[in-house]
Amino acid sequence: MDARGVVVAYGGGRSAFGEEKPAKRVLHGVDMVIGRGETVGIVGESGSGKTTLGRALLGLVPVADGSIRFDGREIAGLTESALRPLRRRMQMIFQDPMSSLNPRRDIRHILVGPLLLHGLARNFAEAETQVRAVLDRVGLPASALERYPHELSGGQRQRVGIARAVVLAPDFVLADEIVSGLDVSTQAQALQLLGELKRDMNLSMAFISHDLSVVRAVCDRVYVLSCGRVVEEGVCGRVFSAPRDPYTRVLIDAIPLPVIDPQWLGRGQRPT
Amino acid sequence: MTAPLLSISHLTAVTDRNGETPILRDVSLDIERGEVHGLVGESGAGKSTIAKAILGILPHGIRVTRGVVALEGEDLLALDANARRRLLGPTVSLIPQDPLTALNPGRRIEAQLTDGLRLWRGLSFQDARARALQLLDEVQMADPHRVMRAYPHELSGGMRQRVLIAAAFALDPKLVIADEPTTALDVTVQKQILRLIRVLQERHGTGVVFVTHDLGVVAQICDRATLLYMGKTMEQGPIKDLIDAPRHPYTRALMNACPRYDQPGRGLAPVPEAVFATCRAEIAAFDRAGAGHV
Repeated sequence: MDARGVVVAYGGGRSAFGEEKPAKRVLHGVDMVIGRGETVGIVGESGSGKTTLGRALLGLVPVADGSIRFDGREIAGLTESALRPLRRRMQMIFQDPMSSLNPRRDIRHILVGPLLLHGLARNFAEAETQVRAVLDRVGLPASALERYPHELSGGQRQRVGIARAVVLAPDFVLADEIVSGLDVSTQAQALQLLGELKRDMNLSMAFISHDLSVVRAVCDRVYVLSCGRVVEEGVCGRVFSAPRDPYTRVLIDAIPLPVIDPQWLGRGQRPT
Repeated sequence: MTAPLLSISHLTAVTDRNGETPILRDVSLDIERGEVHGLVGESGAGKSTIAKAILGILPHGIRVTRGVVALEGEDLLALDANARRRLLGPTVSLIPQDPLTALNPGRRIEAQLTDGLRLWRGLSFQDARARALQLLDEVQMADPHRVMRAYPHELSGGMRQRVLIAAAFALDPKLVIADEPTTALDVTVQKQILRLIRVLQERHGTGVVFVTHDLGVVAQICDRATLLYMGKTMEQGPIKDLIDAPRHPYTRALMNACPRYDQPGRGLAPVPEAVFATCRAEIAAFDRAGAGHV
């Protein structure tokens, strides 16, 4: 994945009274490279453009300027039908599995659907065989096939979300805040699973999160976004131990660690 | 000796869903004046249930079967709704998790901040307004006059949470219940809000019940904490002991599951099944023993 000078703007056009409305720029020329098998973190506060950047990488939002190459092919500006053959190879894991899984379909149909749609299985039975293998891989029992999303726990639902993304054997996965709704113990399990899958399948991944501790644990490199611009980029080890940008410093200092540190609350107080 | 500010003893509650399932099991804790006490646990641990039991706002279907919740020695569970309201109204307040749903979208901030002052303190419009401005200033709101005229949707998440903190401290309460007040916020805003709660709480000598699932937040803001699992206390004590020398295997396992940017080798270890088994065995043993003497 190779993105150069990506600009995304929302809105614009004419209002109901014919006045020109300027488009609001959300990303101002972002460069980003994700190598094969590499996991890259995208961090920033709400409104910094991290989700928009992720969506642009998948061709889900129109790009106003710049180029996005996926495996050497330009995808910025491609039509929906031109993108379709690439869709199998780039998948997404969502933040809230409850709202991204169809509540009226059981897990079997949720997972078999994409395989049939992309022609990766000739018939339902063949697809189900593949689905069983993936379920086992993500640590869900075969009995989950009969279940509906609401019958599963949050951690199990997130495993289904992960299974749905990897069942198509993609090259690139976008994970947008996928552990923010989970308990600490469930979060650790989900992240461990993701790490294993990434290794086994040589996945490239963009991992969007507001939790820098989690990013430090799962990513190779990290991009720090502020107001639609990359303010810092680098290998996690370097960025976390010696951040160059003051904004990165503020973000890191704001993470509460489970250690006794009586000075933490008073440190980095911004004048108000 | 004076009674603790808040004393919860042997609090036990059940829900009628699926028969009578226990959701709080003999929870006891004391909160002194000026102390921040953390209620920590994963979802379903019962931390919010305790907060709701204190406020007397348990949802239908949840019943306290045993125990005492005493505010300065007075048992809140024994009071009827009116008496509880008169007692808690000016002395106990809540900082909720989601500042948008807690504010009335159709009323200006001024109206929402002055209600309590006029009702409980009997202030006039002018005096309540002056006090509200002072409160907004105290929560470090940049332009209090503009905020007073604003509707909730015109404010950012952090500003709304500041408004609610101002409202919570408006009557100079003895006890504030903070129910995951920073879960919905960005880390930088979270830090400002935590600092604000700590500063106000120290300045006014307020006791705080701080509900959270985040061990990092607990370590930074609490004096003492209670770690719950399935409604039962797993470990309780000064925060330093809990963080630096956890005794219960569940506490240790949760600490190991927390991601740590400062120690990338550590953290993110899933809680071992054996630890959950230990917790469940403790709970099963407790339930069996409890069945004998109720």
